[in-house]
Amino acid sequence: MTISYRNFLKLFMLVAVLGILSPGSLRAELKIDITRGVVEPVPLAVTDFFGEGKGEQDFGEKIAGVIAADLERSGLFVPIDKKAFIQTGKSLNVLPRFGDWRLIKAQALVQGHVEMTVDGRLKVEFRLWDVYAEQQMVGLAYFSVPSNWRRVSHIIADAIYERITGEKGYFDTRIVYIAETGPRTRRAKRLAIMDQDGENHRFLTDGTILVLTPRFSPTLQEITYLSYYNDIPRVYIFNIDSGRQERLGDFPNMTFAPRFSPDGKGVIMSMAKDGNSDIYKMDLATRKIVQLTKHSSIDTAPSYSPDGDEIVFESDRSGTQQLYITSSSGGGAKRISFGPSRARYATPVWSPRGDWIAFTRIFGGNTAIGVMRTDGSGERILAQSTPRGDWVEGPTWAPNGRVLMFFRQEPADKQGRGGKTRLFTIDITGHNEREVVSPVDASDPAWSPLNP
Amino acid sequence: MRFKILSVIAVAGLVSACAGLGGGAGGAGGNYAPGSQEDLAVNVGDRVHYDFDKYELKQEARYTLQQQAAWLAANEGVTITIEGHADERGTREYNLALGERRAQAAADYLMVLGVSKSRISTVSYGKERPEDPASNETAWAKNRRAVSVVK
Repeated sequence: MTISYRNFLKLFMLVAVLGILSPGSLRAELKIDITRGVVEPVPLAVTDFFGEGKGEQDFGEKIAGVIAADLERSGLFVPIDKKAFIQTGKSLNVLPRFGDWRLIKAQALVQGHVEMTVDGRLKVEFRLWDVYAEQQMVGLAYFSVPSNWRRVSHIIADAIYERITGEKGYFDTRIVYIAETGPRTRRAKRLAIMDQDGENHRFLTDGTILVLTPRFSPTLQEITYLSYYNDIPRVYIFNIDSGRQERLGDFPNMTFAPRFSPDGKGVIMSMAKDGNSDIYKMDLATRKIVQLTKHSSIDTAPSYSPDGDEIVFESDRSGTQQLYITSSSGGGAKRISFGPSRARYATPVWSPRGDWIAFTRIFGGNTAIGVMRTDGSGERILAQSTPRGDWVEGPTWAPNGRVLMFFRQEPADKQGRGGKTRLFTIDITGHNEREVVSPVDASDPAWSPLNP
Repeated sequence: MRFKILSVIAVAGLVSACAGLGGGAGGAGGNYAPGSQEDLAVNVGDRVHYDFDKYELKQEARYTLQQQAAWLAANEGVTITIEGHADERGTREYNLALGERRAQAAADYLMVLGVSKSRISTVSYGKERPEDPASNETAWAKNRRAVSVVK
């Protein structure tokens, strides 16, 4: 880690929207409709950003690499091998020779320019071109400290994704998760954080204390999670900038399954009282607590709707785990999951767009990650356990509500070996499942909002 | 009677281990300090087991807890934490809640049997601390448990 997170978060200034260079034509514009099932990926050329000096050229090459990798992982783009490029270097900065790019079947072209300013900042410009329409689709410039070149790259990838798909990007984001090491009987679990592409990884806790289920604040550099500090399981808040950990409230019993409210001003969680778990919300400023469910069943895993008006949670009040929605001020709960009999539904998470609820389903010895509409209709399974008998659990939404992350845990053998746990992403269409590579075993992922 | 056999084996192993400790006061069935975790585990039984996704106490579990209540009555100064656990076939939050239910079910029965509430606390570890690390029925049955731990 070379940059502090405080620096990481305040280094950007959009300096300019670059002027349109091309004369333009009347061809239909390049567009990807990502709401359809299988999308034929768009061939895209990301050229090394041009720089006058050696240092600037190095940055230009690395920035192009990160942009291409982000767009490739989305499954919507196929970066063309650089070796096939006909036009390179400085001439691109004048105007692309569109014929050269059509020849290698590129539909979109990304080129840019890197410059170290006299005050030691990195200035990065880029333009996205529609090769067939011969038109500039977007052109922007950014200033940043040089160490922040990865963030600049992700922000450019987001701009490209947004311009072509019409949806917000999700590349300038981070993942907090539980890093797992050691034997299964005394697994060491640490809070860890990394960029969505696995870079800038760091551990936030040292593994001496069991921690579980971290969730990002929508507004602050904070994480709420469950910690077994002093062997007393309670909900905590971790400040990413300062490293400070604070127990939330002074409850006599176990508190768990926390999540922030969409305005970041409250936390919703379960508390077990006399063995029975109900759902409570706490106002972070006043520390006032309101009980939202009161039932002899297990009520847990609450998640707010993005407008904050409703809460989806799981309860076994019908006999097995099912999903329910209630008002965020409490009151009657309405069941929304009605799958195959004996199917259990758990860990509901409301999409940031409000349109879907993701869940873990346990059914007939298999587990799956799926989505359903907020009224329970339109259930779709996106990812399932393999015939090897692994276990999938714990969906979390990318901030654009188009991609989900979850974890897979392989079964252990008779001696308890194996049991590897890894993170994966999948599109809401059920396509493009990809592993998110982590340095050690990983579970309980939570996707951050777009970086501020 | 699986427990009896296990106990005998454990006693055999621990007796030799304890031989050099200079004659700690022996319990009824082994050379353990009365009121110690070893005494509870070997001479009484420190854990009970549950069916899949259940927290009701089975006949065998009730018997073990009756022995525990008698043992607690004989060892007045002892307080315990009951640790509730689940097997790995459940989601994380649900298993935490299930482990809590299991621990509380055991605690409630001990209280019914006359153990003071002030001597019992509970904690759930969900699926985080399996006793047997394998992914099969035998391991899962062992892992669905509530363990009484001497504080």
